Amino acid sequence: MSDLPLIQADRAVPPPASTTSTGGRRRRLRLLSRTDRVVITLMVLVPLLLVTGLVWLPAAATVLLSGTNWDGIGPINEIEFVGVRNYSDVVNIYPPFVPAIQHNLLWLAALFVVATPFGMFLAVLLDKELRGGRFYQTALYLPVVLSLALIGFVWQLLYSRDQGLINAVFGSSIDWYGDSSVNIWAVLIASGWRHVGYIMLLYLAGLKGVDPSLREAAAVDGASESRTFFRVVFPVLRPINIIVLVVTVIESLRAFDLVWVVNKGRNGLELISALVTQNVVGEASRIGFGSALATIMLIVSLVFITIYLATVMRENRE
Amino acid sequence: MSRPQSQAEYLARLVPPSVAGINRRSLLAGAAGTGALLGTGLLAGCGDDSGSASDSKNVSVGSNQSDPKPKDVIAKVMDGFKTSSGVEPAINTVDHNTYQENINNYLQGKPDDVFMWFAGYRMRFFAAKGLAGDISDVWGKLSGFSDAFKKASTGDDGKQYFVPSSYYPWAMFYRKSVWQQYGYQVPTTLDQLTALSTQMKKDGLTPIAFADKDGWPAMGTFDILNLRINGYQFHIDLMAGKEAWTSDKVKKVFDTWAGLLPLHQPDSLGRTWQEAAQSLQQKKSGMYMLGLFVGQQFSNEEQSDLDFFTFPEIDPSIGAKALDAPIDGYMMARKPKNKANAEKLLEYVGGKAAADITVKNDPATLVANTGADVSGYTALQKKAAELVGSATEVAQFLDRDTRPDFASTVIIPALQQFIKNPKDIGGLTSSIENQKKSIFTD
Repeated sequence: MSDLPLIQADRAVPPPASTTSTGGRRRRLRLLSRTDRVVITLMVLVPLLLVTGLVWLPAAATVLLSGTNWDGIGPINEIEFVGVRNYSDVVNIYPPFVPAIQHNLLWLAALFVVATPFGMFLAVLLDKELRGGRFYQTALYLPVVLSLALIGFVWQLLYSRDQGLINAVFGSSIDWYGDSSVNIWAVLIASGWRHVGYIMLLYLAGLKGVDPSLREAAAVDGASESRTFFRVVFPVLRPINIIVLVVTVIESLRAFDLVWVVNKGRNGLELISALVTQNVVGEASRIGFGSALATIMLIVSLVFITIYLATVMRENRE
Repeated sequence: MSRPQSQAEYLARLVPPSVAGINRRSLLAGAAGTGALLGTGLLAGCGDDSGSASDSKNVSVGSNQSDPKPKDVIAKVMDGFKTSSGVEPAINTVDHNTYQENINNYLQGKPDDVFMWFAGYRMRFFAAKGLAGDISDVWGKLSGFSDAFKKASTGDDGKQYFVPSSYYPWAMFYRKSVWQQYGYQVPTTLDQLTALSTQMKKDGLTPIAFADKDGWPAMGTFDILNLRINGYQFHIDLMAGKEAWTSDKVKKVFDTWAGLLPLHQPDSLGRTWQEAAQSLQQKKSGMYMLGLFVGQQFSNEEQSDLDFFTFPEIDPSIGAKALDAPIDGYMMARKPKNKANAEKLLEYVGGKAAADITVKNDPATLVANTGADVSGYTALQKKAAELVGSATEVAQFLDRDTRPDFASTVIIPALQQFIKNPKDIGGLTSSIENQKKSIFTD
């Protein structure tokens, strides 16, 4: 940023309420007209209010409510605090909790180790401008356009035990969505199906932006195709890599739709997000208990957010 | 919890289940729906306030009958009310799932004067929380209800908070043609049921169709076994959190069920009730324990081929006279804007005229009022009404007889766990008991 005046002015602007602006006593102030100041104030205030009201306050309320046994009925001043009982219940007597943590981690690992590299691989292939590339590109990107709820339905047609395509074709009777030892993998395939297209598109955009002279130089130096990719192209894609990393983590943490569509996140498809919903939304209204689960999820997310922020900030400093 | 409550909803579920269950969207809709519910309440309020003279002519009704067919029936019932009383009812229809998921907020906000709900603990819970109006006076004017219905409409404090309108029993359904073909007889004891099932297996049928992907159908099996083994009062006490799940009585229910599981359709956790019902319809299964709405998976010509029997006796000292027959009906808001009209409306919907309109227009429901003209019933409806009429006690179904948070967050996963691994009954029941103690604290 070279907008030096703006930065200086920003520092110099007195609180808006106190100004009746007669044109400014100091010279630097004149760089900002009254309109400018109003606009800047609004631009700071409105997002600040939105973020506070829609993100921070609810987050704080969630943490507070996680210490209560509120059922969503009755005035707020009658809420009873139960300390850390919800947390000890979550850990000690709530059977779905441990599987949910495991499944969230599995989700992250599967997307990170399988789906993301595969999407990258497809992007590299498509970048070769092979014949019918457009067709493949469209076909692979199609799932990304669909909502996950619809994807759940599409795969249900394949997975249904009695009426599904897979069992009909192979004459098997595997209960893809009901058998808790296979359904998480069945759902991961459906989820990966979509994720691959997404990652592919991100990388494709990155690859198109790589300076061709870099590849030419590598080719002149006699580097092989894969060597060129890993030593020259991949490092150049660093910004894309960071975005993909973040997208993958976000996708795995917010995974919810698919399992909810399949069986509301029960019987082998437990995820923290689904458990929170089961407890908080609807008639059940175990708001305190659900908030404890949500807080645990918040803490898990914070770990990743911290890592991401640390990386980005280090980069900015460099 | 998403058991269909009406014919149109069953029909809506003929859409492949995963589409019908686009729940993220309905969640979002739910969030918006809270606003909408409150909004409709407010709007209704505005309408009432606009002229105090018209106050005496208005009453608002919150309806969860959002599907075309039952919506139409409700509209006709309300027209009947308008004609007979001169009061103009304003119906605020909300999508069924949204209605149910937001009932807490709805009742604490500005609910309609009269709203639709279910009998059982679900009703008593809101009555005890002071979110429903006492309508004992209306009950004084009602006639045509059996004691079982009155009991199901009564809150913990002995006052009435609910007017029943319709219900449907749970039983073992089968196809007459299949049974005739093989010469099967209706079993009246558990041993006979087991023997029949074994014979069905030999004949190449799946004895008992079974599905529990949605979590609630297995509750029906648990309920009926519990009612047959331990009786109605134990069911009520267990659901109220007064009995221990670790008791031998509960263990015996699971033990008996474990013995019957091999006779059930395998891999039930990936199957919806529609798919299980279709296996009965396609003559691949011999029987199916479900509510009367199972008929929705049968074509019109096949309806007359559908029959049922009540689940056989297990303990002769308990008998086989109790059953699940969930009741739907109406309640009054805690502070209705127009109490006189709300009571008038409740009296009407509980009366013979409203029941007659329902019988005429909705072939999938049994009406609660015995005074109704039920000559329009199909043979199956008649038999179902007789079955419930002869029942000594009528339970409301597990998730209507206990706290909703307990039913959905503890029992559903527990029953699915049991179906997956029927051997560890001790571990399962102690896990349920631990969670129950944490939930039933007030």
